[in-house]
Amino acid sequence: MPRALFLALTLAFCLALPAHRAQAQQTGPLQAVLQTHAAEVARPSRTSVATLIDALVASNLPQVPDFLTRWSDREVVQDSASGLFYYDGEPPVDIDTGAPTQLDGATLSAIRPNGGVRRVISTALVQFQLSAPDIAARTAALDAIARAPEEDQLEPLRASIATEPDPALKARKEQLAGMLAARYGDTTEERVAALQALSGALSVEIRAVLNQVLTTTSGVAETLPQDANIARQLRVGKDITSAEAYARLVESGLAAAPQTREQIKAALTENISDGTVGGVPVGALNTEADRLRAYQALATAGTVPPLVTEASMADAVSAHVFFDAYTEQDVAITDAAREALDEVENRVFLNQMFDLTLDALSLASIYFLAAIGLAITFGVMGVINMAHGEFIMMGAYTGYVVQQIIPDYTISLIVALPLAFAVTFAAGVAMERLVIRWLYHRPLETLLATFGISIALQQLAKNIFGTQARPLTSPSWLDGAWVLNDVVSIANIRIAIFVLALIFLGLILFVLNKTRIGLEVRAVTQNPGMAASMGINPDKINMLTFGIGSGIAGIAGVAIGLYAKVTSEMGADYIVQSFMTVVVGGVGNVWGTLAGATLIGGLQKGIEYFNPSNTLAAQTYMILFIILFIQFRPKGIVALKGRAAGD
Amino acid sequence: MKPQTFFSQNRSVFWFLLSLTIFALVVTVMSDAMGNGMISTSFVKTLGKTLCLMLVAVAMDVVWGYTGILSLGHMAFFGLGGYMIGMWLMYARTEIIVTESLRAAALPPTPQEIHESVGTQIFGVVGSSDFPAIWVFAHSLPLQLAMVVLVPGLLALVFGWLAFRSRVTGVYLSILTQAMTLALSLYLFQNEAGLRGNNGLSGLQNLPGLDDLPQSTLSIIFFWASAVALGAGYVLFAWVVSGKMGSVIRGIRDNEGRVRFLGYHVESYKLFIFTLTGVVAAIAGALYYPQAGIINPNEIAPIASIYLAVWVAIGGRGRLYGAALGAAVVSLLSSWFTGGGAPNIPLGVYTIQWTDWWLVLLGLSFVAVTLLAPKGIGGLFDLVSKRHPVAISSSPAVGPDVGARRTVEGEEEK
Repeated sequence: MPRALFLALTLAFCLALPAHRAQAQQTGPLQAVLQTHAAEVARPSRTSVATLIDALVASNLPQVPDFLTRWSDREVVQDSASGLFYYDGEPPVDIDTGAPTQLDGATLSAIRPNGGVRRVISTALVQFQLSAPDIAARTAALDAIARAPEEDQLEPLRASIATEPDPALKARKEQLAGMLAARYGDTTEERVAALQALSGALSVEIRAVLNQVLTTTSGVAETLPQDANIARQLRVGKDITSAEAYARLVESGLAAAPQTREQIKAALTENISDGTVGGVPVGALNTEADRLRAYQALATAGTVPPLVTEASMADAVSAHVFFDAYTEQDVAITDAAREALDEVENRVFLNQMFDLTLDALSLASIYFLAAIGLAITFGVMGVINMAHGEFIMMGAYTGYVVQQIIPDYTISLIVALPLAFAVTFAAGVAMERLVIRWLYHRPLETLLATFGISIALQQLAKNIFGTQARPLTSPSWLDGAWVLNDVVSIANIRIAIFVLALIFLGLILFVLNKTRIGLEVRAVTQNPGMAASMGINPDKINMLTFGIGSGIAGIAGVAIGLYAKVTSEMGADYIVQSFMTVVVGGVGNVWGTLAGATLIGGLQKGIEYFNPSNTLAAQTYMILFIILFIQFRPKGIVALKGRAAGD
Repeated sequence: MKPQTFFSQNRSVFWFLLSLTIFALVVTVMSDAMGNGMISTSFVKTLGKTLCLMLVAVAMDVVWGYTGILSLGHMAFFGLGGYMIGMWLMYARTEIIVTESLRAAALPPTPQEIHESVGTQIFGVVGSSDFPAIWVFAHSLPLQLAMVVLVPGLLALVFGWLAFRSRVTGVYLSILTQAMTLALSLYLFQNEAGLRGNNGLSGLQNLPGLDDLPQSTLSIIFFWASAVALGAGYVLFAWVVSGKMGSVIRGIRDNEGRVRFLGYHVESYKLFIFTLTGVVAAIAGALYYPQAGIINPNEIAPIASIYLAVWVAIGGRGRLYGAALGAAVVSLLSSWFTGGGAPNIPLGVYTIQWTDWWLVLLGLSFVAVTLLAPKGIGGLFDLVSKRHPVAISSSPAVGPDVGARRTVEGEEEK
């Protein structure tokens, strides 16, 4: 109390003699403006504050927004001796320069604008920021409004639209003004118009605004209330369970809460006397039915509240109607919002489908890259190479090592791609010469021998590079994403992998169909014996094909390493998917592999869309689908016909 | 020609059972349970587990070495068997503990209370307390034991029916079985599958109600159970692969098309073998996991089934004792090497630590066995018995399993 009195006295004192004191001092431009309106600053009221703000706006000083903020935050103090204003602090700082002053706190009095004034200030502040000359400040102000929209921001926002020079920002301002109008517009017509204008958009913010308008509260009553804006009536047993319905009754105080088993148990425990509860011996209370009997005995005696039975619960539920009501009372507005939201959601759904297609294509291109090498070797030689995944890993590690030597990411990538091909080509040829060619007529044993190589290679990589994941950094021009709108976007790196897959598809088709070596490969695929009698050396073709298939795995490894981490187990992650791709697509055909990769990629993304939180389930269902698919097309989507099928 | 008995036809059965019995007796005498302590309890458990692995290897040999189906899914049946018995072990043991703790309350516990606390105890780790539907039989040992056989058996039956019906053979079938294994392990990894996700089932080494028995005695009991199962399984499979049935399945291995033309319903034979071996694998798993103490979906990962094929290949396909030996040798060597038992080899600049290099050695020796000694360890017995099986034909048309031992039928084919 004495403090308040003191403040009042000092204030009165200050007001009495401001002018001549101020002129005696060296003052900055803002201080000068404030001193001309010293009374309004020191004791602001809603009626008087407008003139001050107009003056501040007219002064066009850069310090004004900061001053308004701090004024509103009650950080401005006045020196009772000189009447000058300072920012509070230890020591107080000058209002214009921000330089510390020599004043001690004793002569300073705080200025406390009340709530109404602060609202006016903040509106002015918004206006200030929205028309700030600096574009970054304007963007920040818009972001702040979008984060926490408030009713009083609408007017300044609208006012600033006309003078906005930047077209993008202007559009954003108009959009925000529309969103604010939808929520806080003065008349029903205005809000409905604003809501209808929103239906063309699909941003998260706008969906949030529409949902905000459509917020419902759960209600319960004996009959459906006439005055409420009912969203929907809930049928017990269909829309809500009777347990939920009863819980609503309990919540709104229309029924007694049912006793839980714990509560019954606690009540029984409390009322044990002489080894019995309600006439039932404690030892016999080992079934729920007996416990209920004892509780009812207690309830009849009046020691505990009566038992809420299933029957009474059902009666209570059937005597009431359950509904959801909009918090917004105006039916026209909720209808318009509902309509707009439906339209927005349709649009969002279409865009999500498009985004999903992009994702699926990206995944398919990765599977295609990983599997095409396998498909070639499998198709030509009938050999399953279990070490294919390790060739992918080998390519990725090659990329990693190159990056350790060449620090420039772009150049190292250009070097790594052919080098990875060379390394894995050599490894593939070596494996073919040393192991596989001895096992051509024992495909099952090839599977196991290559598996032996696979575990040896995997452990070798672990011994050399350690178990932790190694980064393969993509060049900066592959960072970021291609963003079409709020829903559709795809990472650049995925686009690059897609392009890489397309290039390889073209290259392989060209080599297989237009070159001599391709002709020989196709000949050996279709009939090795006949090809040999035509003067083709199947041994050489086998070796080359195996090398090329492995080389492509190496390049796939670099591509996969760029967007995932490089570990010794990364090959194992892709090998089963690659097998599936080959098996589903059909052996020995590039188009088959493409079809297989597209099917599997699309399927996986499709299942993930329905259950996004659980990628494990997606993989499980996909594999089950493939097992069933094989039932109907055992030879894959694109099956070789005739002798080439080798049945 | 005098009529031949089962044992005189299959001399390996006698020798196998004899050596198994001697081995089991020696281990029992030397174990902690008899007070000697020459073999530690944990090593008895390792040996017991090895016997189970030998049993599943024998089953694998029948399916691969005799029928020519390279299944990469039998460890999934093995794991499923383990899960089924694990459910009862975990339920019954938790029930005992919960009943004990509820006894302290003022009121005697109701059955519902006990059931719910057991649920909270078991599924608290995956943030749930309700029993999933698949646990409906977990309270009863006989029912759950039936599940050990029925669940993997049904899975093998359905999967095999689908696969064989559409005439998927060779590497396709291998990949398909691998896909099944992967799907199963991925499914079990989910908490929604109701088997505690990646936590798996644990504490299986304690038998409910037998807390008074020391682990040393328990380990011997399980060791003997495993030995008896292995012996019985060996006899069963020796019987299956001998006689007419054996001839047909070996025919399927060597030339499926020809057997079909002869009028045999190839799919039924394959399905029978696939399902029977799947069930035996499940029984082996049900004996294995109480000794291991814990089971999680990693145990079902495709790699486990590939290792199973590796054991059989190293042991020698097409002979049951070969598969059993292969499983024993490789799995014991593996635990010796990875357990740090093998001495490190200093090479001056680099020291070979076997924990790091064992897999490289295994992988390469596996390639070597496939290339150089396709008959595996079992081939050594041919040297002793001076038996020279049919010379391996140079014609690739004979079939995929050149490494497998040919019996008389193969000879007649020439």
